[in-house]
Amino acid sequence: MTWLEDKISSPSKLNKSSQFDWDWVLVWVLRIMAAITGAIVLLIVIFLILESLPFLLVKGIGPFFTDPTWNPTEGLYNFTPMLWGTLLATMGSVVVATPLGIISALFCQYYAPVAMGNLYRRLIELLAGIPSVVYGFWGLVVLVPLINRLHPPGASLLAGIIILTIMILPTIALVADASFGKVPQEYLLGATSLGLSKWGTICNVVFPAAKSGLFTGVILTVGRAIGETMAVLMVCGNVVETPSSIFDPIRTLTANIALEMAYALGNHRSALFVSGLALMAIIVLLAVAAEVITVTSSPVTKNS
Amino acid sequence: MTVTNLDNSKARTQQPALMRTEQLSLSYGKKIAFEDVSIAINQSKITALVGPSGCGKSSFLSCLNRLTDLIDNCRVTGRIFLEKWDVMNRNIDTIALRRRVGHIFQKPNPFPLDLWKNIAFPLKEHGVKNRQEIDSIVERVLKDVGLWDEVKDRLKDSALALSGGQQQRLCIARALALEPEVLLMDEPCSALDPISSGVVEDLIASLRQKYALLVVTHNLAQAKRIADYVGVFWVRDNRGKLIEFGEAKQVFESPQHDLTAAYISGHRG
Repeated sequence: MTWLEDKISSPSKLNKSSQFDWDWVLVWVLRIMAAITGAIVLLIVIFLILESLPFLLVKGIGPFFTDPTWNPTEGLYNFTPMLWGTLLATMGSVVVATPLGIISALFCQYYAPVAMGNLYRRLIELLAGIPSVVYGFWGLVVLVPLINRLHPPGASLLAGIIILTIMILPTIALVADASFGKVPQEYLLGATSLGLSKWGTICNVVFPAAKSGLFTGVILTVGRAIGETMAVLMVCGNVVETPSSIFDPIRTLTANIALEMAYALGNHRSALFVSGLALMAIIVLLAVAAEVITVTSSPVTKNS
Repeated sequence: MTVTNLDNSKARTQQPALMRTEQLSLSYGKKIAFEDVSIAINQSKITALVGPSGCGKSSFLSCLNRLTDLIDNCRVTGRIFLEKWDVMNRNIDTIALRRRVGHIFQKPNPFPLDLWKNIAFPLKEHGVKNRQEIDSIVERVLKDVGLWDEVKDRLKDSALALSGGQQQRLCIARALALEPEVLLMDEPCSALDPISSGVVEDLIASLRQKYALLVVTHNLAQAKRIADYVGVFWVRDNRGKLIEFGEAKQVFESPQHDLTAAYISGHRG
């Protein structure tokens, strides 16, 4: 056994006799690449922490929640309105986009004829590839005036939710499509041979089997929605206030960084880095959650 | 030999076939999987289909409950009757058909749900809503497959935690719960270890009383042990053919076809 493991873990030993060991080179190139990738993430986190420290050491995290407002030029750093903005826009869009994306994937996998399903899948992939600024531009010239007619000012939480929904919909649809695609064919054959309807099969067999994939997909999409800056910045109005209705303008944390970074100095600059650090922490938590779900709810490991 | 043939035809006239096929052929695109297969499946009998792999036995099974509908570019011709019901008719209720004709697969395929739900949810889908009734059916079919004593305390555990043999028996129980008349079994023992395989084989033999069984198997010894009728598939001209069909005793002891004789004696296949 150990002999076998040895052979498998270090393939280079197998062809020691050959002139030059290319496997050895490849293994080391890959190792270095992996190390660089890991190091980049680590360096970003370290950089964020270092840049945030001046503020955190002097003022702590209290001011972010207790100051009367966000007005960095006067030394006021309350970013709860922007936290709310980010939270509401993200949750709103995920709540709308998740069922739509799942329905779209169900159509693609189980109801559309094969040729149409493939065409549809290509279209969704295309939708996922459109640059966010294009969505933002469309939102600015079409969506915002439309909402303005319904309820001024137009640039609002609602506009942000709609734009974000359109932007994350393809991600959810593709991830859901992939998780449905991974449901073993035996389950579908088994269900069909028991005389189950398509919908009965989907509810009782496909969903339980694809559950972990769907959850992971939704969580990763939440990350994407949180990070989306440009389009949101263009349609949300960017007024720093906690919205009281979906027609109120909002400013998200990411938009705030993008808007103020250019002229921020001293504590202001450091405070923006703290918000960046907070975003990073949220993303890390989401990634961990996705990992936990994948590991715990995969059916094979569950009960054995 | 003529005597056995006479007996054979007599037996068939006494008991009309529950299900039969007439000149059934299936092709995937241009490739013909099997051609001109006509057999009869009788109530309370085990009919075994034997032959080397790739001769269309499994595809043949899939025709009988129209599972072939799921496969693209697959064309089935010929006729299939379940009693007087024309199975090949485009407009028949396939859900009702599949309820009457159960299918067990080579690889056990319990759903990724708990044991109870594996049996209960298809019942619910077929309109059995009463919880007590469902519970009693679950208990009955699990007893029928000899699984009840092994699992009665863990009906809420995932079915995927069972051993391969237990999973296969669960799949059989799941099919029995719908009270089918015909059970199609596609090499039900071949993915199992020898002991589980023996248990499942005994189970199949015991199901003979109540159902018409059509069992595809690679295992000639198994066919010899359990089958009442045997059909031998063979590949000729790159397509599957039924070269012999008859009572098990006759096929094994005095095969009509040279290939059958060679196959049974172990010279071919």
